[in-house]
Amino acid sequence: MTALALRLKRSGHIPVLAAAGCTVVLLLVGSMYSQNFLSADYLLLQLQIASFLGIIATGAMLVILLGGIDLSVPWLVTVGGVMSAAAAGWWGATGEAVAIPFGIACGALLGAVNGFGVAYLRVPSMIFTLGINAVAQGLIVVQTGGFAPQDRSTPAMHLIATGRSLLGIPNALLVWAVVGGATLFLLHRTTLGRSIYAVGNRERAAYLSGVDTRRVVLMCFVIAGACSAAAGVLLTGYSTKAYQAMGDAYLLPAIAAVVLGGTNILGGRGSYLGTVVGVILITLLQSILSVMQIPEMGRQIIYGIVIITMLLVYGRGRRHSD
Amino acid sequence: MNDDWKFHLREHKGAYAAAAMFVVIFALYILNHQAGWTAPVITTAANKGVLLAIVAMAQTLPVLTAGIDLSVGMVFVLANCVASHLVVGTPLQAAFGVVAVLAVGALCGWINGAIIVYGRLQPIITTLATGTVYYGISLGLRPVPGGDVHAGLADALTGSLPGGIPAMGVVLVGVVLLVWVPYRRSVSGRAALAIGSSEAAAYMSGVNIGRTKLIAYTLAGLLAAIGGLLLTFVTYSGEASSTIGGVYTLNSIAAVVIGGTSLAGGAGTAIGSVFGALVLRTIGDLLFVFDLEPLWQPLFQGFILLAAVSLGSLQLLKVSNRLDLFK
Repeated sequence: MTALALRLKRSGHIPVLAAAGCTVVLLLVGSMYSQNFLSADYLLLQLQIASFLGIIATGAMLVILLGGIDLSVPWLVTVGGVMSAAAAGWWGATGEAVAIPFGIACGALLGAVNGFGVAYLRVPSMIFTLGINAVAQGLIVVQTGGFAPQDRSTPAMHLIATGRSLLGIPNALLVWAVVGGATLFLLHRTTLGRSIYAVGNRERAAYLSGVDTRRVVLMCFVIAGACSAAAGVLLTGYSTKAYQAMGDAYLLPAIAAVVLGGTNILGGRGSYLGTVVGVILITLLQSILSVMQIPEMGRQIIYGIVIITMLLVYGRGRRHSD
Repeated sequence: MNDDWKFHLREHKGAYAAAAMFVVIFALYILNHQAGWTAPVITTAANKGVLLAIVAMAQTLPVLTAGIDLSVGMVFVLANCVASHLVVGTPLQAAFGVVAVLAVGALCGWINGAIIVYGRLQPIITTLATGTVYYGISLGLRPVPGGDVHAGLADALTGSLPGGIPAMGVVLVGVVLLVWVPYRRSVSGRAALAIGSSEAAAYMSGVNIGRTKLIAYTLAGLLAAIGGLLLTFVTYSGEASSTIGGVYTLNSIAAVVIGGTSLAGGAGTAIGSVFGALVLRTIGDLLFVFDLEPLWQPLFQGFILLAAVSLGSLQLLKVSNRLDLFK
């Protein structure tokens, strides 16, 4: 028994298991309130909603693994949504065809600027992404205020975000599954993935081992930008409209999901599986709090306390004496 | 003596640069303002600038210990909401209210510090989560904007003294002299810088890490509450707005960086952050006097913020060994 406990501790899967345990407990608490919480319909709907957060958290996780943080999530999400809808308006039928890739490319471009600032100009990620967030906000204000572009989503975006084309599984969930699969492959089967962990542990050592660490950082931010924008495209499809500040509600949950899933906020350690569990946990928590009709005030307080409590249970740092 | 000066200059390069930047930008602003250098213009500018300056001071203390406080904006909002309930009535009641508001802020900061020190959690995620809790409490206190504040006190603090000196500016200088200067000269202030430079080395040298961090976060909460209190005097009401909280948190970080404090900790001063905050605020006003199309203002502000925080990368030109780039 102790051997098993020791192996578990070494494997680093304890946070994932703890988060999964909390998720089950949440569902059980919810089911005492209403039987609906255990129905397949409800769970699939939650997974569909979780997909948006899941895709954002994927990008956020890559950046956190590097030991950085991406504060430009809110407006990169908006860039993805607004630009994809605008492309459909500008270029008619061709526009509709390229709307989704165009929106994602805009996010990736801003992500590349993030990466350039952090990797090559050596500005701390927390402050540079903050600046890019402000610039993205400015661009969107000029764009929507000055040119009044189309803000309706295209039918394709609507289908991907809300449709259930395959065996009743939400398409958004499938998109997240593809993104997640690609991320797992990236992290565990490519040199880039291994380099990400290496840079997160100690950039200097990674550089001395011959890793082009600046390119690794740049790539991560490009992917993170693309992920945020992709979530923006999906959100636009989901609500049939792109609007300003549509991404504001996603920054804190994305970081919280990554950290609750056991990724070290200082970088270098963490598994994608943990992030998936963290995303589902956060989504369920939000859903249950709103179904129980707890006022906004209580929701915020419980939300914050739950995050702190869970981290106190399994996310504590080392003592100085260790 | 000469060497002392050189050391002082090198140590506070960032703060002096921010101060110089502020003087230039503010001169530009005054020269292009229709009314020019008159008491109302200066007072309005001070009322806006001092709020962010005090929140930026609050942010500096955790940053010096290589931490960060993402809840300063929310403590600021919470103090605003508490003040709109308590700082009313007779002068005695109002005075009690002021003390209560400051105590609430210090308590919020202490809770942050306690979770970080005793709970051994990372500051960034701890304060992100406690910030949500503080915002929730503010919402409970002020579901809709409203409330009131002691009018005499508010008018006195937001007006101007004889000679056109803005009262807010005096408050700012008072806070710097009463909170920052004694703190910086105390054992705790020195220990905070030591922790920021190298926590392990500070621990080995017998620095009381826990107490130092607790004091830094508690003072940060207290300063943020002073900011929130002043906000109440400016707006005469309380509002639980997550936008205000978020904007102040993010701008405070930017102000700290512009003021020459390293986000990695161990170097910098709160006075630099004060000038950083004043620079940020004046830039916003500058766009206004130059009659720039309002539509383009957020974009320009974004670019200026980005440029200001990227200034530090000029240091890269001096790097002779590429290994120095990677810490």
